[in-house]
Amino acid sequence: MGTPIQLAYLAAAVLFILGLRNLSSAKTAPLGNQLAAAGMAVAIIATLIGQGIVGWGVILAGVVVGSSIGAVLARRIEMTAMPQMVALLNGFGGGASALVASAELLRIEPAMAGEVANSVKSWAIVLSTLIGAVTASGSVIAFAKLQELMRGAPITYPGQQYGNAIIGVGVFVLCAMIALDPTRITAFTILVGIALVLGILLVIPIGGADMPVVISLLNSYSGLAACSTGFVLGNASLVISGSLVGASGLILTKIMCDAMNRSLPNVLFSAFGAQPESAGGGGEDQGVAKAYTPDDAAVIFSNATSCIVVPGYGMAVAQAQHAVRELSDLLESKGVNVQFAIHPVAGRMPGHMNVLLAEADVAYDKLIEMDDINPQFPETDVALILGANDVVNPSARHDESSPIFGMPILDVDYAKNVFVIKRSMNPGFAGVQNPLFFHDNTMMIFGDAKKVVLSLVDAVKNY
Amino acid sequence: MLEDPAVALTILVLSLFVGVEVISKVPPLLHTPLMSGSNAISGITIVGALIAVSTEHRDLGTLFGFLAIVFAMINVVGGFMVTDRMLGMFKQREK
Repeated sequence: MGTPIQLAYLAAAVLFILGLRNLSSAKTAPLGNQLAAAGMAVAIIATLIGQGIVGWGVILAGVVVGSSIGAVLARRIEMTAMPQMVALLNGFGGGASALVASAELLRIEPAMAGEVANSVKSWAIVLSTLIGAVTASGSVIAFAKLQELMRGAPITYPGQQYGNAIIGVGVFVLCAMIALDPTRITAFTILVGIALVLGILLVIPIGGADMPVVISLLNSYSGLAACSTGFVLGNASLVISGSLVGASGLILTKIMCDAMNRSLPNVLFSAFGAQPESAGGGGEDQGVAKAYTPDDAAVIFSNATSCIVVPGYGMAVAQAQHAVRELSDLLESKGVNVQFAIHPVAGRMPGHMNVLLAEADVAYDKLIEMDDINPQFPETDVALILGANDVVNPSARHDESSPIFGMPILDVDYAKNVFVIKRSMNPGFAGVQNPLFFHDNTMMIFGDAKKVVLSLVDAVKNY
Repeated sequence: MLEDPAVALTILVLSLFVGVEVISKVPPLLHTPLMSGSNAISGITIVGALIAVSTEHRDLGTLFGFLAIVFAMINVVGGFMVTDRMLGMFKQREK
């Protein structure tokens, strides 16, 4: 009975790896996702057969309820809300792993407790529960921040880090107590409670623009929780799949941190952007930002042959991606070469801008990564910045006093003309004023990104 | 299945290496679908959830197992479906 099931799990793992490998290009990616889904089906069927399908009523009910909720979410969700969706899915994954580990702990017979004590299994149970519960509650907070159910700004209070450190020590003591004696159900209940609180405390001090890091990290945790559950059950398929996801989340976390030139501890614990006023680089000597109208912009566009659009979170907030596509099509019909410059941390999750522009039918070969597009700015007639700020701030390049010094940026200021579409002169998330707005070649157009782009379309049409 | 922890650890370490190799080749263009898709894969914990309820007796563990099935299936079905929907939107320029 055992061997065919094990081979089915192996097949599932191979399908997961092949699936992820096919994500290396947009052409093969849909197939990759289907291979991974097939792998999951294989794993589920193998488990049902291997277990002899006992308790099928509970199984059927759970599968129907869960699948229906998942399907409705996947169909209904707006593309602009994708970061929230992923945060929520991370949470469910982590929660499921914590529940499985808890069920295993409850099933340990008192007579067997001595054998399980201080074993790989008992340590794996506390680890799965801890990581899973932190992932679940942390993801709920990330979801609430992204959905704007709560303030996106960092929430800080005196002694925050010491408080978290004390909780961390307490968690370790509880974990050890339970791993050494798995019959300590009260201690286990307290551990679950504290882990849930810890997940909340770890995410509330992290600001909106750092969400790409948090989501990547929670993604990684949900994988590691599944991996650890694999050690609880002695099941290789969980260990393999969980570690694949864990690795994926960690790589994305690193890419996001590198794109902000900050370390992971700095992102997690510095409450970046909490005090906008005190952050360096005030705007006094920078001159006056010049406000222009879409009609002024139409004049410049009519003489341009190349344009690079730089989208940021503001485009997502204003749902401006379809208007942007319209402007891009119009300009191309007038012979302007239009490309899109994508900064790795633009938006609220890795790849956020790409998905929005793909939704608006912008061809993906026009979406250019930072390192490839930067050399093109000096020869570009117009850089059009849409709700992006810190990722185009030139002080990251040379101003050592700036909080974002050293962060890789898009070199928009080298373009011949720069249009910045922005709601107001408020500084960006980092609380740093942007000298770009005061450059001689920069023209500000104030207003909602979608409305401004639509009036740009009209102005260019009528010019 | 994995009685020897060293075997499980071997599998873990090798999988991490495979994961790093494979994921490093995913372009930034597809990082959102990568997240939602890999997220669906972490729903593999459904296997554990199914094992947890596959007993005749009904107890608190069964309730936890049931909830774990619901959560994991939201993760699996929601993750794969939304990834499919997203990937369907990526189109190349018509030439």
